[in-house]
Amino acid sequence: MASDDAPKSASRDGDAPIARAVTINRPRAELYAYWRDFAKLATFMENVERIEVIDEKRSHWVVKAPAGSTVEWDAIVTEDDPGALIAWVSGDGADVPNSGRVEFRDAGQRGTVVTATIDYDPPAGIVGKVIAKLFQREPAIQARRDLRRFKQLMETGEIATGARNRREHEERDA
Amino acid sequence: MKAIAWHGKHDVRVDNVDDPEILNPRDAIIRVTSTAICGSDLHLYDGYIPTMKSGDILGHEFMGEVVETGAKSTLKKGQRVVVPFTISCGSCYHCGKHQYSACDNGLPADNQDIAQTLYGQPMSGLFGYSHMTGGYAGGQAEYVRVPFSDVGPIVVPDGVDDEKVLFLSDILPTGWMAAENAEIEPGDIVAVWGCGPVGLFAVQSAFLMGAERVIAIDHFPNRLALAKRFGAETINYEETAVYDALMQMTGGIGPDACIDSVGLEAHGFFGDNVIDQIKVSTFLGTDRAHANRQAILACRKGGRVSMPAVYGGFVDKWPLGAFMEKGLTLKTGQTHVQHYMPGLLAAIMEGKIDTTFLISHRMALEEGPQGYKMFHDDQDNVTKVVLKPGTA
Ligand SMILES: NC(=O)c1ccc[n+]([C@@H]2O[C@H](COP(=O)([O-])OP(=O)(O)OC[C@H]3O[C@@H](n4cnc5c(N)ncnc54)[C@H](O)[C@@H]3O)[C@@H](O)[C@H]2O)c1
Ligand SMILES: [Zn+2]
Ligand SMILES: [Zn+2]
Repeated sequence: MASDDAPKSASRDGDAPIARAVTINRPRAELYAYWRDFAKLATFMENVERIEVIDEKRSHWVVKAPAGSTVEWDAIVTEDDPGALIAWVSGDGADVPNSGRVEFRDAGQRGTVVTATIDYDPPAGIVGKVIAKLFQREPAIQARRDLRRFKQLMETGEIATGARNRREHEERDA
Repeated sequence: MKAIAWHGKHDVRVDNVDDPEILNPRDAIIRVTSTAICGSDLHLYDGYIPTMKSGDILGHEFMGEVVETGAKSTLKKGQRVVVPFTISCGSCYHCGKHQYSACDNGLPADNQDIAQTLYGQPMSGLFGYSHMTGGYAGGQAEYVRVPFSDVGPIVVPDGVDDEKVLFLSDILPTGWMAAENAEIEPGDIVAVWGCGPVGLFAVQSAFLMGAERVIAIDHFPNRLALAKRFGAETINYEETAVYDALMQMTGGIGPDACIDSVGLEAHGFFGDNVIDQIKVSTFLGTDRAHANRQAILACRKGGRVSMPAVYGGFVDKWPLGAFMEKGLTLKTGQTHVQHYMPGLLAAIMEGKIDTTFLISHRMALEEGPQGYKMFHDDQDNVTKVVLKPGTA
């Protein structure tokens, strides 16, 4: 256990959860509202193919996996504090058991600090390894890039692309 | 459309490529009427900048006519605009402070990783300047997709010649910000290292800000002559010991402010090959890093050093001791172009700043490859090449 005041996710301990923080120049109620509508998350989460909202608490996630396949799970909201916090955990039978939480904290004139924490528990075996590669080694990068896209969308109304036209955009996305 | 594309070291070509399209609501498409080759483009030409890909379209100094607008663009078809080289959103924390080159959102999310690792935080996007700065196609082309067109491009009045306003895109604001960062007070003596476009605009700006004397340093006679035309005293570093000359010309005190507009050729936007870089600077580039060291040693005690020149990686043997002991201040950064454009456009319209003196060569876009070669081979006589699409 670290003796300092730094967040656990910045620990040198390899098992620490993945957490990324980003400051977004918008009020936290607005950011929370966008995120709480899970179907919209696919707009900025690159690996997420689609999310279907089942009811107030449950949603079904379809996530891109290697070789054109997908992995799926139901996510169940476990905590919901409007304007401040959303936490979820995958339900029974998830291809990749996982849990996550996103917190929204006022940052005065800077807007809102959004912190996302994600924990994956990939299955064992060969397939597990491939999935682990996708979800355990990459998630830190993926989470950081997803949060940047969320910030862009909230602050600028669009997601930046360096592409010249639609053809190039699709090429770069692939 | 036709565009100048990079294909490797000393290999730029006129390529036929598919046209740009509106991709985001704030985009606009500009039909380019004038576009310049910049000293920074020579870093690409010389193959010093990593993350370039064959076929990348070059150019970050351009202007033209609006031909298409996205749903949220505030521009109108037919307007003439000059486009800033920095791609900035206008709505993040940094843009709110007018620190446009530090914009959080100009770079696509995936392109931010390199700068995040190298500099600690990602910077704004840039047109036509490698994938590390966003992989945006540049302005040495017939058409360009311009993101954030509601906050970037500045509309120029009808009837004003392209050549008068084109340099609002980069080098004029850069020279101006260099002088502003030098915090010039009336009566100051200002020394400017490097009489390229940036240095020459810094000379003019320094006088406008109240400098009593400006001393310009270079080794190209023609460039020194241009500095002299604006009232600067000159030092040719090939003939003269710069430090000794500066001490005598300032009565042993040293210049109040020193502007480094030279830059370290080989250090453009480096980072991944640090070892190579130090080798290069030791064996070849010492002259250039030398200008910065010289500025710190010559500067008067408690004086200001301004550094518009681009450094990307690490510099060897930088005189940190002299910098500390003398209590100097250093200000630097990529230019916050959007912040300076309106004021400088007004200064041009009022005839306070001369811009057209810089252009030595005008060519058709199709002659771009020759333009690069000439600029590269003869910096003394080729001060600025402007390419005009549609004139071949
Ligand atoms: N901060 C920014 O946003 C920004 C924008 C544009 C350009 N730049 C940078 O500014 C710098 C200058 O740009 P430019 O287009 O004027 O370049 P340039 O290459 O045309 O000019 C540099 C000049 O420095 C002279 N020089 C070389 N060694 C010298 C020495 N030891 N002492 C004195 N002079 C010396 C050269 O002879 C040349 O005339 C470059 O590093 C460029 O990349 C920065
Ligand atoms: Zn330039
Ligand atoms: Zn911004």
